[in-house]
Amino acid sequence: MTTALRRYPVLIALCVAALFMIVPFLIVALNAVKSPAEYAQNGPLSLPEGFHTDGVRDFWERVDFGRKLVNSVLISGSVALLAVVLSVLNAYAIGIGRIRGRTWVLAFFVLANVLPQEALVYPVYYLSKEVGLYDTRLSVIIVFTVIQAAFGTYLLSSVLGQFPREIVEAARIDGATRWQVLWRIVVPVSRPTLGVLLVFFFIWTWNEFLLPLVMLISNDNQTVSVALGVLQGQRLMDATMTNAAALLGLLPALVFFLLFQRTLTRGIAVGAVK
Amino acid sequence: MTVTVERGSAAGGKRHSGGAAHRPRRPGDSYALFLLPGALAFLAVVVVPFLMNTGVSFTDWQGVGGPEWSGLANYRELAGDEDFWASFRHSLFMVVAMAAVPTALGLVLAAALFDFVGKHFGGRVTAVLRACFYLPQVLPIAVAGIVWSWILAPENGSLNESLKAVGLGGWQQDWLGDPDLALYTVMAVMVWVQLGFPLVVFMAGLQRVDPALYEAAELDGAGWWRRFRHITLPQIRPEIHVVLLWCTIAALKVFGAVYVLTKGGPGGATDVPSYFSFTTFFEKTQVGYGAAISTVLTVLVLALALVGLKLQERTDA
Repeated sequence: MTTALRRYPVLIALCVAALFMIVPFLIVALNAVKSPAEYAQNGPLSLPEGFHTDGVRDFWERVDFGRKLVNSVLISGSVALLAVVLSVLNAYAIGIGRIRGRTWVLAFFVLANVLPQEALVYPVYYLSKEVGLYDTRLSVIIVFTVIQAAFGTYLLSSVLGQFPREIVEAARIDGATRWQVLWRIVVPVSRPTLGVLLVFFFIWTWNEFLLPLVMLISNDNQTVSVALGVLQGQRLMDATMTNAAALLGLLPALVFFLLFQRTLTRGIAVGAVK
Repeated sequence: MTVTVERGSAAGGKRHSGGAAHRPRRPGDSYALFLLPGALAFLAVVVVPFLMNTGVSFTDWQGVGGPEWSGLANYRELAGDEDFWASFRHSLFMVVAMAAVPTALGLVLAAALFDFVGKHFGGRVTAVLRACFYLPQVLPIAVAGIVWSWILAPENGSLNESLKAVGLGGWQQDWLGDPDLALYTVMAVMVWVQLGFPLVVFMAGLQRVDPALYEAAELDGAGWWRRFRHITLPQIRPEIHVVLLWCTIAALKVFGAVYVLTKGGPGGATDVPSYFSFTTFFEKTQVGYGAAISTVLTVLVLALALVGLKLQERTDA
């Protein structure tokens, strides 16, 4: 019915729109490999003449980027793991245990997750100073484990609510404790959903800005996001270094994206409408 | 929270000794116990700080020494604070940029990708296009901020250079530095950041729709627009609700983008409540006042979330 002639304009329009979305990435990549002289002469739109890695190298050394990467991986990785464990425990009680008042408990977790972090930030800052956790990566790990677990509990509870009860009951009759049922049956069966949560928690924590900005003031503890955001604020860098910074900042995100594209899109589908 | 847990523990036990459990309950073998670590962590990280923040909002406190009770003074001051109202007005602009526009655009794009590209050009093309639209969503906002403030720079910025290159040099602007323009520029960046989320959710939702509906409509001679209005929209209404709600909440809470793009400037033109409370806390160290700002923001966000939960409950039922 639709002729080829009518098909292509729409496809082309969509491709142009998609290109517009990724153009910023492309110009950043182009300019990150220019030399400062070249940039000054030809501006941001020219194609690079050679492949200069000086900007990237300078930036890397200047902010000790390796260290920021380690911090980000350490914080996001720990949060992802711990938050999944916490979510599983909560959701086991709510989704399978069906404890009384679970609707309220769930509503509470949802609200805790949508709460603006601004309403927590000062007390968290103050309390962490009191207990000697201020400016430690551990403080950020603890806070985000709880915040992410709130979402995880909400999502997993509805998934575990559908868990086939016969399996649980059969195991109980065979003498398994609840603890054993959780680790030997529920967790292995729910592995795909747990994987989605793990990826989400990792990326969300990686991208977090406000709390790490407040909590991690020393250079040694900062995450990639905070280090870049703070540098941006100071406007100390020249154009090539800015691009090097942007490139180094977006590379990890790009790698996660390519690795986990399926998980991400599947997860959004699960998460959006339970 | 503790109350809920205790109640849950007693009730959970009773339920199981009477109903499903076929063996006597051992001490400590209760489901509510599994909630204990989560409940305690929540108490320490969310409940206590939240209550502290609310409490502090009724005091005059510089962050050192003791807070002094001042009742509703902070809120009274807020009511007359033009900067505060401006920040909330800007929030409405953010809702347009982060919820309304991305949802509308996302709908059209999702329908076009799913119903048109997917059908005529195959899943691979669709997946690649979808990935392009989703990409900005995985980027740390700090990185997006660096990229865009460099592109939008008044001198040598890629946007201005591009305008010059195509002969529109007269349209060059100081995109983020002009008080009349900055808010709209930030809005445009936020549309770019946000668009992928509704798109992906809607495309996932469309997979639930029975293809026979589209085929029947097409046979009846319904054009693309009519199929969109009468099939796509009603079928993915739950997704639309959820996306609008989530994006509106995200828009009210937006902080990182403002911090890296404009720091609320120029002259407060892009200030938003979360950034406003941040500067009040940490730069002006008027902790009581900052707490009042964030409390108002919280009430707004929680009210919205509650309405959303209720709506969802109704659609689920």
